[in-house]
Amino acid sequence: MKIGSKIYTALIFLFLYAPIIVLIVFSFNDTQTGSRSVWGGVTLKWYQKLFEDKMILEALRNTLVIALITAVGSTVLGTVAAIGINSMKRRPKRVMMNITNFPMINPEIVTGVSMMLLFVFAVNLFGGRSLGMVTLIMAHITFCLPYVILSVLPKLRQLDPNMYEAAQDLGCPPVKAFFKVVMPQIMSGIVTGAIMAFTLSIDDFVISYFTSGTTQTLPIYIYSMTRKRISPEINALSTVLFAVIIVLLIIVNVRQRKDKPVDEGAVEVHE
Amino acid sequence: MRARWKSMNKFLRVLLIAVLTILLVCSLALKALGLETDTAISDGMQDVTINVYNWGEYIANGTDESMDVNAEFTARTGIKVNYTTFDSNESLYSKLAGGGADYDIIIPSDYMISKLIEEDMLMELDFSKIPNYENIDEEFRNPSYDPGNRFSVPYTWGLVGLFYNTDYIDEVTGWSALWDEQYSGKILMFDNPRDSFGIAQAMLGYSLNTTDESELQDAAALLKQQKPLVQAYVMDQIFDKMENGEAWLAPYYSGDAAILVEENDNISFVIPEEGTNYFVDAICIPRASDKADAAHAYINFLCDPEIAGANMDYVGYSTPISAAKEYLEEEVVGNPIYYPDEETLSRTEVFVNLPSQTSMLVDRLWAEVKMGGPGDGIVLIAIILVFILIYVAIIVYKRRKRKRELM
Repeated sequence: MKIGSKIYTALIFLFLYAPIIVLIVFSFNDTQTGSRSVWGGVTLKWYQKLFEDKMILEALRNTLVIALITAVGSTVLGTVAAIGINSMKRRPKRVMMNITNFPMINPEIVTGVSMMLLFVFAVNLFGGRSLGMVTLIMAHITFCLPYVILSVLPKLRQLDPNMYEAAQDLGCPPVKAFFKVVMPQIMSGIVTGAIMAFTLSIDDFVISYFTSGTTQTLPIYIYSMTRKRISPEINALSTVLFAVIIVLLIIVNVRQRKDKPVDEGAVEVHE
Repeated sequence: MRARWKSMNKFLRVLLIAVLTILLVCSLALKALGLETDTAISDGMQDVTINVYNWGEYIANGTDESMDVNAEFTARTGIKVNYTTFDSNESLYSKLAGGGADYDIIIPSDYMISKLIEEDMLMELDFSKIPNYENIDEEFRNPSYDPGNRFSVPYTWGLVGLFYNTDYIDEVTGWSALWDEQYSGKILMFDNPRDSFGIAQAMLGYSLNTTDESELQDAAALLKQQKPLVQAYVMDQIFDKMENGEAWLAPYYSGDAAILVEENDNISFVIPEEGTNYFVDAICIPRASDKADAAHAYINFLCDPEIAGANMDYVGYSTPISAAKEYLEEEVVGNPIYYPDEETLSRTEVFVNLPSQTSMLVDRLWAEVKMGGPGDGIVLIAIILVFILIYVAIIVYKRRKRKRELM
């Protein structure tokens, strides 16, 4: 029985990671045609081409800038919103939660098209010429917000409300009390929310596609390659991103273990 | 208290590492972008940035020792280029029609250009600002998609032909091989209506731009008859499937074909004898552009024979500028895949925009070919009904349960 469960676990992991392994292996494939099925020896030329290819790098830069601003923006807004929602009475709280959850359930394509229509209207109204980076960031913050709220709220619920009051009783001003008492305790929720917003923003294709105007993000760029072939440069880029994430995770986990084996498992939880 | 501070610091440290890594990547990207080496020649256009919208992988970008066309343009004129890419004529159209994107240069294909002209979305070009237009060969002027040649300047052209694997197939001369039952399950077809119908229409000897309903019905019938033999309807996957022998026969555009033929001894490419589609991608300026001068300069730059030669050397499609051929390798210029002879060209036809009624009919027939007729509507309704039934059943079950618990 034990062997059976081990085999099952191994199969699940294989299923999850096989595509990534294939992707990494073929980033070293030496072919002229950029084939993703015929092996032609080991080479690093796709990595070299990747760092020469300005269009990919610009798309990557746009994507990272947007993801970073989105993560910061939606985390701040989402945390503030979560604190507000947490202190509401039961009924309005329920209504509020339904409204926040709505964008998550709403099909992405509907969100994308409606945002495009709104932005085009607003741009015309204010005499702008084009959608672009700003509308992309606004759209991304909007669809990341509910995820941040949902990851911060449970932490707030666990929080003892008397702590905050006790701090104020002892002469701590409200803002300071928040940063010293409340924030450290909900930190893991905030970090989870921020990481989620960051990854969701990097991933997003559908909403970006409609709100991007003349700005190009990485997913849109990759999609536009499909008329010809998706170049193995993309494999190389994905491998680099994957490696960066793995290294970051290892650093985080090693540090955690060194410090203390308690709580604070935000990053682990998400990945 | 101590522990808390420690944990805070740890978080900050991790955050710091993440931010630093990202900054590193960004700065690498910035450096590669050459944003730090701005050597613009002054002629009053340094601060202008034009937005260019082109097919993916359709310009030389500096990799593989090719010329970086956009950087070269910036170096020569001082005009910056914001270059973005699309995957199909239809996505280009939806972006332009949706508003909110001010492109100054677009490079659609023939039939999309005639559609954009009909809908008054293109700017009339001022050819006095494009002196290099004289380099364009005579046969590419006054195309049927742009009568009078007022809105577009050709960028590339090519034909639709047929790949076949010589390990399994001796010789292919025409489209009829795609209907040959001995290759059942080894045939690939285009995953878009215009190209697939084009093949069927060429088989039947009809015009590729026919608006006759019975001719279109015939073409659809032919495609339906072919469907059991087809392994898949795909686009870019054609390359992988041909290369690893998963498929033996596939149609594709000639510009991308040569590299596969050169690298694989067992793959050949033929221009079918029944005739085929001849396509042109051409440069246009959308009517809404407010940087027309810079856009004209960009068109003129792309028509410079030296630039066009360097560009096509990387892109692989054929150039409409004969003077550019001296910058290309001789093998390429002499290769009939890239530059077929007059006789082959006489059997080709260029797509023009179909009236909306016809294109709706084509779309509907194509959906029928791929999905198997209107009977599928019933399946959809059945699925929705099943979902509603399950939903109602769950609600009823819960109500009963609650009642029982109350009692």
